[in-house]
Amino acid sequence: MYSIVSKSELATYTTQLIVDAPDIARKARAGQFVVVRASDKGERIPLTIADYDRENGTITMVIQPVGGSTGKICSLREGEVLHDVVGPLGNPSEMIKSGTVICIGGGIGIAPIYPIARELKASGNKVITIIGARSADYLFWEDKLKAVSDQLIITTDDGTRGIKGFVTGPLTDLIRSGLKIDRVVAIGPLVMMKNVANTTRPYGLKTIVSLNPIMVDGTGMCGSCRVSVGGKTRFSCVDGPEFDAHDVDFDGLLARGRMYADEERASTEAYQHMKDGVPLCLTRR
Amino acid sequence: MPDQEIKTKKPAAPGGPGQEIIDRRKQVPAREQDPTERVRNFDEVTCTYSESEAVKEAKRCMRCKVPQCMEGCPVGIDIRKFVGEIAEGRFEDAANTLKEKNTLPAICGRVCPQESQCEKLCILRMKWKPVAIGRLERFAAEHEKQGEKSSIPEWNGGRIAVIGSGPAGLTAAGELAKMGYKVVIYEALHTAGGVLTYGIPEFRLPKGIVNREVDYVKSLGVEIRLNQIVGKTITIDEMLQEYDAIFIGSGAGLPLFMGIPGENLCGVYSANEYLTRINLMKAYQFPDHDTPIKKSGKVAVVGGGNVALDAARTARRLGAHVYLIYRRGEKEMPARREETEHAKQEGIEFRLLTNPTRVIGDDRGWVKGIEVVSMELTEPDESGRQRPIPVQGSEMVIDVDTVIIAIGTSPNPLIVRSAPGLKTNKEGGLVVDDCTGMTSREGVFAGGDAVSGSATVISAMGQAKEAAKAIDEYVKSKRKQAAS
Repeated sequence: MYSIVSKSELATYTTQLIVDAPDIARKARAGQFVVVRASDKGERIPLTIADYDRENGTITMVIQPVGGSTGKICSLREGEVLHDVVGPLGNPSEMIKSGTVICIGGGIGIAPIYPIARELKASGNKVITIIGARSADYLFWEDKLKAVSDQLIITTDDGTRGIKGFVTGPLTDLIRSGLKIDRVVAIGPLVMMKNVANTTRPYGLKTIVSLNPIMVDGTGMCGSCRVSVGGKTRFSCVDGPEFDAHDVDFDGLLARGRMYADEERASTEAYQHMKDGVPLCLTRR
Repeated sequence: MPDQEIKTKKPAAPGGPGQEIIDRRKQVPAREQDPTERVRNFDEVTCTYSESEAVKEAKRCMRCKVPQCMEGCPVGIDIRKFVGEIAEGRFEDAANTLKEKNTLPAICGRVCPQESQCEKLCILRMKWKPVAIGRLERFAAEHEKQGEKSSIPEWNGGRIAVIGSGPAGLTAAGELAKMGYKVVIYEALHTAGGVLTYGIPEFRLPKGIVNREVDYVKSLGVEIRLNQIVGKTITIDEMLQEYDAIFIGSGAGLPLFMGIPGENLCGVYSANEYLTRINLMKAYQFPDHDTPIKKSGKVAVVGGGNVALDAARTARRLGAHVYLIYRRGEKEMPARREETEHAKQEGIEFRLLTNPTRVIGDDRGWVKGIEVVSMELTEPDESGRQRPIPVQGSEMVIDVDTVIIAIGTSPNPLIVRSAPGLKTNKEGGLVVDDCTGMTSREGVFAGGDAVSGSATVISAMGQAKEAAKAIDEYVKSKRKQAAS
């Protein structure tokens, strides 16, 4: 069960796993996630479903090895197995019809934005996709996203590809161009999603973000993933993962995201020690 | 029965020639790990009676003609019989007597609130301490025949799906398998056992015992499918295509929070999260196991039930100083009395008649204290306990770096959200027929905390047994209908 059918490096620190999980592939929809455990001592890690193939019974995950647990998941080879994969969890992405939607994927968030853009396109929307990364080495799935978007805009922090700067640059340009935009969907690092929310807020432009906080079970049992949305405590796993960006308390989320920073360091060091020199020093999403 | 009668009545002398003098005044104490030692490990606190201790304690039983104790047992164990068998040294028979009515005696002997059930009604309690029925149950369970293969009954053609592998699910599955059904359990987590695995700590219920009970249910031919989330991976409607009936024993897994300011600060846990990290994910063995837990200096646990005490004593074992904050007094605490005593011995600082008003954070978003207010008790509420109200102006701050909220749980909504027509009450519990346990959907039954909200292991098992009987009747009557 849950054997790794294919593994590839899409970009720097970006691993794609295609995993045999027919029960999940059968039910998966854009916007949902799975909880994965690499081994019987493994941590339960939530990972967004980046794609699914109902016919072949597989799901696709794109992972950055940012810590011990994600490092262990990424170090598995083709033919090896993940100990546990549970899902699909969370609510599917809300679909609208015949509108104009801007899909934004930042960093590893480029992966989960793909099935959402694809479904929005299939529902008859005009889809403009903006993807951003720190530099060209971190970009992936340009072709896949181009195929499901009416327009694809690329940004890099260092200008090595596309527009130099952050995703909020072209987003602001699009809003100011007078284009009628019905919705913005953004997935990426918390700081990026917060900036997108701040960019669209003055225009009252409906903006959805997909949250990926620390979770244990992913089924509403632990409350670790709780977040204040519009002043109310919600659980990302069962009430989300998508919420109205203008209601999300990003600062609270940023603080909670650092809850295990010390332990994460210890775990990463232990893992690095074990693997002897695999670099795993990216900022936590 | 008046006291005199207890003293003068001739002992039935189960094990001896009639002349044996039995001193019924004193309960045989259970040996325990020393408190200073046990706060440094996760090993079980209480030891099982030795054979001689068990026989001595069992002989205290009066063998009442009308045993009151049995009235107090939610699953109707023949207590007089199994205690008598222990007194006669027939330990294996005692185990069999237990197994007739209780699939999980090793577990119930440890976690049942005996003082408010069987032992509460023991006749000896009028004068002295009751017969230690719980400890005797635990002892007898150790003498189950090991390694003997359970005979799998012939398949009666029926298929039943059970949702959840906690006390209710395991019991329903075991009962139905014994009736000849093919039973498949769907478990959401990666390990079976439900609250027995993720909730109750090792020092109170060793996981080896839970595994043994799970293996027993498997040995009856029950299949357990892990990582299956009903409502997500598979729905009730899909299951009804494949099975004759469904039993929902998904428990009450959704943690409640107080709704006070500061509850989302770093360092605030639900008891469910804290205990799951420790019990299921073995975070106390981090980094050998990958799941981390915060090493806390001072911890405030809010609540007065078994879960609150489990969390408090777990935090203590991780080296913290622990305050137990409960809004009522000690005698109102719903926890098992033994656990309250053990917690005190382990140095948990009880702050009774105290209620939190907010959690205070530092500039980095971490807990640095909890503001509490004193409470006083007024007239009894609908639960019969005195209602606590805050004392004006009594606010004070306790310095802590971790807060664990253990004020209760409610049933998980995932199944209900995905199954149209399943009715729930305002607390989120499934509405069921009192006699049969059938929900508002035909062929879908439920029992345990998924119906009642957080209650006890044994009441979940009692309901599951009733539901198993009702499921059998339902399936048989359906077949009759189809045949005619």
